[in-house]
Amino acid sequence: MTVGVQLGIVVGYLLLALAVGLVAYRLADRTAEDFYLAGRTLGTVVLLFTTFATLLSAFTFFAGPNLAYAYGPEWILVMGLMDGIIFAILWYAIGYKQWLLGRQRGYVTLGEMLGDRFGSRGLRGFVAGVSLLWLFPYVMLQQAGAGTALEALTEGAIPYAAGAALITLFMILYVVVAGMRGIAWTDTLQGAFMLVTTWAAAAWVLASVGGPGAATDALAASEVGSEFLALGTDYYTPQWMLSTAITIGFGVAMFPQVNQRFFAAGSKTVLKRSFALWPILCVLLFVPAFMLGAWGRGLGVPVPDGGNVLPVILGEYTPAWFAALVVAGAMAAMMSSSDSMLLSGSSYFTRDLYRPLVASLGRDLSTRREDLLARAGVVCFALATFVASLYNPATLFELGNAAFSGFAQLALPVLVALYWRGTTRAGIVAGVAGSQAFYLATLFRWVIVWTIGAVDAAVQAVPILGPVLGGFSPALVTVVTTVVRDSYLGWTPGIVGMLLGLVLTVGVSVLTSPAAAEERTLYFERLRAD
Amino acid sequence: MRHAELVGWIAAAIVLAALAVPWFLWGSTTVVAGLPLWLWWHVGWMLLAAGVFWLFAERAWGIGVEPERDGPGPSGGELR
Repeated sequence: MTVGVQLGIVVGYLLLALAVGLVAYRLADRTAEDFYLAGRTLGTVVLLFTTFATLLSAFTFFAGPNLAYAYGPEWILVMGLMDGIIFAILWYAIGYKQWLLGRQRGYVTLGEMLGDRFGSRGLRGFVAGVSLLWLFPYVMLQQAGAGTALEALTEGAIPYAAGAALITLFMILYVVVAGMRGIAWTDTLQGAFMLVTTWAAAAWVLASVGGPGAATDALAASEVGSEFLALGTDYYTPQWMLSTAITIGFGVAMFPQVNQRFFAAGSKTVLKRSFALWPILCVLLFVPAFMLGAWGRGLGVPVPDGGNVLPVILGEYTPAWFAALVVAGAMAAMMSSSDSMLLSGSSYFTRDLYRPLVASLGRDLSTRREDLLARAGVVCFALATFVASLYNPATLFELGNAAFSGFAQLALPVLVALYWRGTTRAGIVAGVAGSQAFYLATLFRWVIVWTIGAVDAAVQAVPILGPVLGGFSPALVTVVTTVVRDSYLGWTPGIVGMLLGLVLTVGVSVLTSPAAAEERTLYFERLRAD
Repeated sequence: MRHAELVGWIAAAIVLAALAVPWFLWGSTTVVAGLPLWLWWHVGWMLLAAGVFWLFAERAWGIGVEPERDGPGPSGGELR
């Protein structure tokens, strides 16, 4: 019965989304700006919930409660700090400025905004390339996740590849038809659904066990009691909590599907209201969802290895149809995040990589043609990530999991450029390239160490050269593993990389002069909302 | 004047971020009304943050981003 209900809800959601998409399609102008940004007309509720649902879908239902179950509920603090405070501040510092510039100059992507200021098509392509490097595997992870979830849901009746293909096809159809407007509308439904079901789930479980006092007493009496209730553990150290909150908070602002929403607000009032409501929305969602995970530990709910705690708790304490509703809703939420990523990936690809290439060949794109191209970009991007998801390459998984910190490396160079006239093209390129190279090196340290060993072995095999130049690998490996590591006195490589990006951007800008094509006053003059 | 106001708002933002986690309750296991005290602090602090953000949006929105209206010529970040 449960499987039927879950499938019914997933299919129902897909049909509802499709209907919303068709309405959106009827309202849309056939331009790329309308397709990517809903013509910059989003209102408060829609902008707030679409950003919210895009940011926080599957993590809230699955990974977050699992972490609270495993390590204690302090994740709520990390989430509140990064999403409720840090992201809200960036919403103003980066978002509002981007919105003003976007309205004035018609920007659709971050790369366009930077490329214009620094008079560089190369920078524009570079920023798009870096963004796609992190976005591509992240989209792939969503498809893999949806494929796995559908397979589990149908107990193998729909195999992994078929599930992933089904989701991909639906997303292509949906995004191509609906564009940003349709996505934002379904996200709004999704966000409201997440809030209501999370609170209903918490209320249901607490009513069954005798209220929050009883649930917390059970947690205190369990083997993890004092450790889970006390603030901080060996896992939640201050350095780790701050590193995580800062890198993810800044990373989110540079994630293409979130960053582009900065351009999509209908008015200044919309931005203002969303900004003030943000911390409340975060607390409303995270406290019940993550506490359920932590309480589950105290209630002795058995979670199988690799399983998710929330469905198990719901299965134990709520009726089957409700548990099915929440789980299916979470899957739908996963898709609602992926469709935004797909749309943004396509915009970076067509606007920042393809269009400049066409322009450099001396050809111009009509609005109508660019709109068609945008939709074709969605298809290409979705098919490429789908093929990758079938092979599950380990390298791509590593990139996908590290995507937030990868995007966070972009944030400080962009902030410096937005607020300091002295930033030069060489400065921002050094900041972006340097921090990305550093962060990638920490992720793929094993590749570097392996390469050093292989080169050393090759050199040693050469008869005369070998004894003189060979045997360098132990020393070089020591140097590499000293510079590039998993933890710097408890701080993560992500935050060290961000600092490096800041130092490089400012330092190189001070040492170099601006290029002739730079427009140094672009971000400062005539910037006004009305 | 506008500059002092900007510095004030930046300080407020830093304080809001710095105390979202109640570091002074580190290691505390006190439970109040079924939830850890540190969680109550966080919930209250987020409500306070929303209030401060609302006040900022009403009174100072645009500061540091839009050029000043009455100043002589364009400013808004004369750092160099």
